[in-house]
Amino acid sequence: MAAAGARWNHVWVGTETGILKGVNLQRKQAANFTAAGQPRREEAVSALCWGPDGEKQMLVGCADRTVRRFSTEDGTFQGQRHCPGGEGTFRGLAQVDGTLITCVDSGILRVWNDNQKESSEDPVLELRVGPGVCRMRQDPEHPHMVATGGKENALKVWDLQGSEEPVFRAKNVRNDWLDLRVPIWDQDIQFLPKSQKLVTCTGYHQVRVYDPASPQRRPVLEATYGEYPLTAMTLTPEGNSVIVGNTHGQLAEIDLRQGRLVGCLKGLAGSVRGLQCHPSKPLLASCGLDRVLRIHRIRNPRGLEHKVYLKSQLNCLLLSGRENWEDEPQEQEPSEVPQEDTETDELWASLEAAAKRKHPEMEQTQRALQPRSKKKRPGSTSS
Amino acid sequence: MAKAREKSGGSSKKGLKRKAASEEPQEAAVAEDGATESGVQPPKAASFPPGFSISEIKNKQRRHLMFTRWKQQQRKEKLAAKKKLKKEREALGDKAPPKPVPKTIDNQRVYDETVVDPNDEEVAYDEATDEFASYFNRETSPKILITTSDRPHGRTVRLCNQLSTVIPNSHVYYRRGLALKKIIPQCISRDFTDLIVINEDRKTPNGLILSHLPNGPTAHFKMSSVRLRKEIKRRGKDPTEHIPEIILNNFTTRLGHSVGRMFASLFPHNPQFIGRQVATFHNQRDYIFFRFHRYIFRSEKKVGIQELGPRFTLKLRSLQKGTFDSKYGEYEWVHKPREMDTSRRKFHL
Repeated sequence: MAAAGARWNHVWVGTETGILKGVNLQRKQAANFTAAGQPRREEAVSALCWGPDGEKQMLVGCADRTVRRFSTEDGTFQGQRHCPGGEGTFRGLAQVDGTLITCVDSGILRVWNDNQKESSEDPVLELRVGPGVCRMRQDPEHPHMVATGGKENALKVWDLQGSEEPVFRAKNVRNDWLDLRVPIWDQDIQFLPKSQKLVTCTGYHQVRVYDPASPQRRPVLEATYGEYPLTAMTLTPEGNSVIVGNTHGQLAEIDLRQGRLVGCLKGLAGSVRGLQCHPSKPLLASCGLDRVLRIHRIRNPRGLEHKVYLKSQLNCLLLSGRENWEDEPQEQEPSEVPQEDTETDELWASLEAAAKRKHPEMEQTQRALQPRSKKKRPGSTSS
Repeated sequence: MAKAREKSGGSSKKGLKRKAASEEPQEAAVAEDGATESGVQPPKAASFPPGFSISEIKNKQRRHLMFTRWKQQQRKEKLAAKKKLKKEREALGDKAPPKPVPKTIDNQRVYDETVVDPNDEEVAYDEATDEFASYFNRETSPKILITTSDRPHGRTVRLCNQLSTVIPNSHVYYRRGLALKKIIPQCISRDFTDLIVINEDRKTPNGLILSHLPNGPTAHFKMSSVRLRKEIKRRGKDPTEHIPEIILNNFTTRLGHSVGRMFASLFPHNPQFIGRQVATFHNQRDYIFFRFHRYIFRSEKKVGIQELGPRFTLKLRSLQKGTFDSKYGEYEWVHKPREMDTSRRKFHL
């Protein structure tokens, strides 16, 4: 069953039609998950992040300003929380110590107390970050530090446990050769591991590295790529380079030690909306407006590994960081059936289990063809 | 001696040539064998007689002659084979095996996973709630603004005028060097639903930008083979004011659906069948052919058609998500020749 196999999905993708898709690359299947059973454009997924305990839970930020909790073990939505305040969609979603951090387009960053009750309480903390926010990102090593940036909204690093003022406020670069002010449009931010540095990619096709530890507030390194706005960015496993994507579907790997282009990745035809690298394997997941999820191999050799057509425009993705992609335990199916058919004979249960064990491939192909249709087996619950 | 023979063979008529030619291979073979008897026998393509190929004749005229003769031979054999096959088919009558279907690029098309299945709920929902939903739910009716790039020449102006007779409720405006990004908010405030910009280069129209207005996608096409009304042979009289019917052929993939819906949203919903006019957008191998006809049914099965209005061919270059913003807009699909055109049997629309 698609819902039960949800924990083995490798990539989770949020779409503009409000459907959360789980893709299993071993079995080459994609399954749809919706809160209400029907896709709704008002619930377009704009932000995804992992829940508190590892990868068992996921927080899904929707366009109607609700944050839903999704359990990857069961494959169901478990609760939702309405997070009002400010205007626009979610630009960043994070969680730390049982609290939820949200940031919206108009610059209201709020920290909510995340208890199981669905009551919409007042936020624990509220910060005004400045209008036109394009991204809010949490530092994975210091979960109470977040960085925000946007259009005409310079990079700021906030300490949620500290004061209301940002810890680091970036300064714009010097005027260009015509003595004109260089516009600011930070589209994506990443924290570099094992240091205090941050990398941003801008809508004016620049990649910049900032170092709060150094006395200069201006970027330490600046590199440009292409002629179109860079929309998404991710760090590679080694931590020396970033991979950026732009609105034309061009993906490039840029080395941060020298600021030069290492190589490009082909295949995308539409604007890149989500990029994520696996923390240890050289794999990159990318999704965009051309409705296809692609997994590329970044090195030796660089190329496309998997390509999955998912019928809606894809907004954001989460790549599972687990190590064991290859070994998928296959004995889930027979173990489920005896639990469901409690009323029927044990004989029937064992017969059904044996049949399923004999034809696991047929089941899987059926599921591949009809990811969302209800199963016709008796006594089975719907996905 | 061989040389003299060859020369005479070359200058005389065909009958003589044929005799000479039949002797020639043996002579050449003999000569060759004589030349290479000491060396290794090179394994030639023809096994018996130890052959030579026409391409080894150094004399161009002779070589050409031999080639034409060989070609004629091939043609004769092919005709003979065809005749024989036909006779066999007639002899078998009903029991003849079905005729083999010839391979064309269209039926060798590689499988495209984005081809829309009519029963697909997700795609149906996506289409029902996209930017064209307000048109397809009959909430808005189209109002088109047609303009060109700056300072257009005669052909482009005439094409614009003819297009405005073909598309109902359309207005042509002179582009006074205005920026599209400034025109678009003005159009939106005046309730236009679509903007068509015909780009011109060296006095001929070569591009079309079609932008659906409130916040809809913008498609950029390459336009070629433009024929104005007076260049169309055996055409009918000018089109009337009746609203035409639309035919959209062969837009099968998801991208094709989006583009097809864009074209459909240019025309009002209620075609007036009295006018007997039809606009066709036919997609074949990623080229979209636009034709405008008037039809008349002479009987149940026989139709007569007259081609009216302008005719042109479009090829999609990019589909951008918002209204026209080529620099900072997000693209849904961009045509990348070196990545997408590697296979002759792969099409995207």
